[in-house]
Amino acid sequence: MTRRPLAVVLAAVAVLALAGCAEPASDAAPAATASATASASATPTAAALSGTIVVDAAASLSGVLPPIATAFEQAHPGTTVRLTFGGSSALAAQIVAGAPVDVFAAASTKTMQTVSDAGLAAAGPVVIARNELEIAVPPSNPGKVTGLADFADGARTIVVCDAKVPCGAAAQRVFALAKVAAKPDSYEPDVTSVLNKVELGEADAGLVYRTDVLAAGGRVKGIPFPEAAKAITAYPIAPLKGSAHSALAAAFVDEVVQHGAARLRAAGFLGP
Amino acid sequence: MPAALGALLLGGPLVALLLRAPWIALPALLAGPVVLPALGLSLGTALASTAICLLVGVPLAAALAGSDGWPLPLRRAARALVATPLVLPPVIGGIALLLLLGRTGLLGRPLLAAFGIGIPFSTTAVVLAQAFVGLPFTVLSVEGALRGVDPRFPAAAATLGASPWIVFSRVVLPLAAPGVAAGAVLSFARALGEFGATITFAGSLPGVTQTLPVAAYVALTDDLPAALAIAVLLVVVSAAVLVSLRERWLVGLRP
Repeated sequence: MTRRPLAVVLAAVAVLALAGCAEPASDAAPAATASATASASATPTAAALSGTIVVDAAASLSGVLPPIATAFEQAHPGTTVRLTFGGSSALAAQIVAGAPVDVFAAASTKTMQTVSDAGLAAAGPVVIARNELEIAVPPSNPGKVTGLADFADGARTIVVCDAKVPCGAAAQRVFALAKVAAKPDSYEPDVTSVLNKVELGEADAGLVYRTDVLAAGGRVKGIPFPEAAKAITAYPIAPLKGSAHSALAAAFVDEVVQHGAARLRAAGFLGP
Repeated sequence: MPAALGALLLGGPLVALLLRAPWIALPALLAGPVVLPALGLSLGTALASTAICLLVGVPLAAALAGSDGWPLPLRRAARALVATPLVLPPVIGGIALLLLLGRTGLLGRPLLAAFGIGIPFSTTAVVLAQAFVGLPFTVLSVEGALRGVDPRFPAAAATLGASPWIVFSRVVLPLAAPGVAAGAVLSFARALGEFGATITFAGSLPGVTQTLPVAAYVALTDDLPAALAIAVLLVVVSAAVLVSLRERWLVGLRP
């Protein structure tokens, strides 16, 4: 019985990864892909790299990393970048437990810290972007939500991330700042689950990242609130120790750091 | 040799888990504010979902056991339907339940409009998710047992004037009782370990929808020892349930 939850976790991660890969990739502008390819091919290490690396990344990066990875693979024939998206904390726990991962991109410095503290970061983490929370409501806003204060209303269906994951930690900070006694109906394990429940119309409101609202297009409506600016989360990326393709891992991190900025900004992320 | 490999595949992860478990800190970890409410909720919801499985699963099994006269495509479709929760990833099962019973769902919307009943994010949702994934175990086990009943007994009862209902409830069902018990225990065990459909359909709120597996997953994100402690508890409870099956397992499944 205990093996089942882990299997399901993996299934959930796979589903999230599929959902993440499939949708935003098709939205990505072809022009942007072309420019990234050009910039990637300009890097001098192009000739030596080959092999497959596994990149574990925060769910909120699922719209941005696939095109960067595709451009990287095209610039370095013979390389494959396998992207896995999920809740940062769950991914970090898998990495610390020995999952064979080459690069980790987390949605908070605290989560990256658990990997660094375990001695698993091959190089110092570099912050590639920042993000802030936004209220997400279904397009018709059935709960007539106007701000953070509505999260204290028990009659509305409210979902937020669990406090143990970065988006949930940020949610607790904004509730404290706004002095709102939130009454969530569910503490979800990652930001994608929160977004899904708002998108399906099952929740009147959820707290997600600004980039999630943008990536969801018209399927959810975003409501900004002032406290979000005081609970900004950072996205550090680092190559990991024990990688069989450490040069490739370092090169991919470099590519994201050097050339990912425009794409991250286009997706709504704040600069590092 | 293959049997030994099979035992290793089943027992290896369990042994590894028990070796890594934080035995010394276990009482403190389990006595925390999270585990006991989750245990109570898990046991309560698993019992309720097992009751539902029996209530609808036994009639379904009886229909399937008597389905030999049905057209082949219909029989195959019924069989596939029963097996669906086994092959469907539980997370997808949870989404499907949301699409049916969510407040914008097929049945959920009229339910909410007519009676003001909202199912997602409630304990009811946990029970339904568990019943969904556990039902195949009841149906398959009970069907096997019903097919194993010697047809001469119900036939004799019928010639003595017993109505079909009396034949089924007083003759057939008692003969199939070991299979019914096995099905109930398997569904209960499956419900106890249910995670994917639960977190998707019911969410995670301590005391309301956060069952032991959900609590273990949430703990896993930042507290591995706590997650392992919950895992040990789940193993102990499941083992107790499954050991209670003993030879009934075989009697029930073998005609």
